[in-house]
Formats: sequence, structure tokens, C-alpha cells
Amino acid sequence: MNLRRDVFQAIADPTRRAILLLVASHAMTAGALAANFNTARPTVSKHLQILTECELLKQEQNGREIFYHLNAKKMKEVADFIEPFRKMWDDRFDKLETIMKKFKTK
Amino acid sequence: MERKTKVNAEDGKQEIVITRQFDLPLELLFKAYAEPDLVEQWMSNPYSTTVMLKLESKDGQGKVVFRANGVIHDFLPNEKITRTFEMENTPFGVQLEFYAFEKLTDDTSKLTMRVIYESVAQRDEVLKLPFAQGISMAHDRIQEILNKLK
Repeated sequence: MNLRRDVFQAIADPTRRAILLLVASHAMTAGALAANFNTARPTVSKHLQILTECELLKQEQNGREIFYHLNAKKMKEVADFIEPFRKMWDDRFDKLETIMKKFKTK
Repeated sequence: MERKTKVNAEDGKQEIVITRQFDLPLELLFKAYAEPDLVEQWMSNPYSTTVMLKLESKDGQGKVVFRANGVIHDFLPNEKITRTFEMENTPFGVQLEFYAFEKLTDDTSKLTMRVIYESVAQRDEVLKLPFAQGISMAHDRIQEILNKLK
């Protein structure tokens, strides 16, 4: 997997998490987003590029401006990433329960 | 619906807490952890067979696909197990595990499993593993189906 496109890598950065929170309420331009940070505009652009590359953000052209908005589908994927881990343990424990119930009746 | 197995992994912490309520008396739940041949049975899956004592997991051809080792530090029957655990040839490092066994009623019990990793990054890798495997397993399955169509 290309590291740059790893969504977990993308959300590991505090500035990028802040950007995601900002666009969660409404779509914003790069300029409007940059106004919220003390960092240089190119730095914010770089963060936007990474977030767009891993599909957490979507770009939308509106006249001459590009608006960034949240890709809810991808965000849900990230929120659900713990689920397979939980499921793995759930299945294991179900098996334990079944085996021990049989053990009891032996 | 209330989920039987819960996983709590707080952001920025290097631990995972897994809790589960069982329809089993406390003694039987503890036995499932205390007897190696029982652990073998419930830890095995269609892809591998876990053999305790050696803590090896073999694939269908009998090839060892997984080997682990650890030390039991504390063993209080029906109450607590404290141990370290390490999977060989993986980047996950050593983990410290605390198992707390509790009686709820005569027929039900609860297990709280607290696993501590060396770093937050290492913990996150462990959490991500089944996610990544799930994706690759789905890919394998698609490949299998496609191969049959050939």
C-alpha cells in the first residue's frame, strides 16, 4: 500500500484532523481553511492534497473557486476500522462459549 | 442490541481493553484459559490450528504460520492471569496482558482483558491488522471465485 494514501497516516496529524473538523460543518475553500491556522498557506495546501489523495476530502469546483468537503463514506470506513478487530474476538469468544457449554454437559 | 464483546481503544493510549460477558459459570470460563487443549480448540480457526504449549499455529499443510512465546507472571484461579506475550517474526513487540475473571451470576461470567503495548503506534498496528486482513481475505475470496470462472 502506498504510504501517502494510508488514511490512518492522514488522520495521525493534528492539523489534518482540525481540517476535517472544519469541513465537517460545511464545504470550504483552501483560503478560508488556511485562515484558521498559523501555518503558511502552502503547508495547508499540502495537508489538503494528502487528505484529498486518501479520499477523505473531495474537491468541488464552484465558479472560479474550489471547495473542499468531507467524504462521509471514507470517514465511516475509518470509524469502522476497529470493527474487524472486535469481530475477530467476538467470533473467538463465541467459539470458547460453545466449546465450554459442551464441556459442561460431558 | 447490546454487543457481547466490546473493544475500547482510546485515542493516543497504548492499551486495548476487551470485555465480554459469557453464558458460562466463572469456573468454566477460567478453565477455557487454564487448560492448553481447550485453548487450542477455541483459538484455532479455519485458516490455522493453534497448538498450545509450543504456542504454534499451523496452516492446512502443517506448516507453522505463527509462533509465539511469553511468561505467566500471575495465575490466580477463577480470578486473574497476568502474562507477557510476543508473536515471533512480527513487528508487534511484546505485549503485557491482564485477564480479570468475574462471576456475574451462577451461570454467567465476565472477562476483562487489558493489553498494553510498547507504544501507541504498535497498538494501532495490532488494531489495524484484522482490518487489513479482512480486506485481503475479501480479495482472496474474489480471486477464488474468479479462478472458478476461468
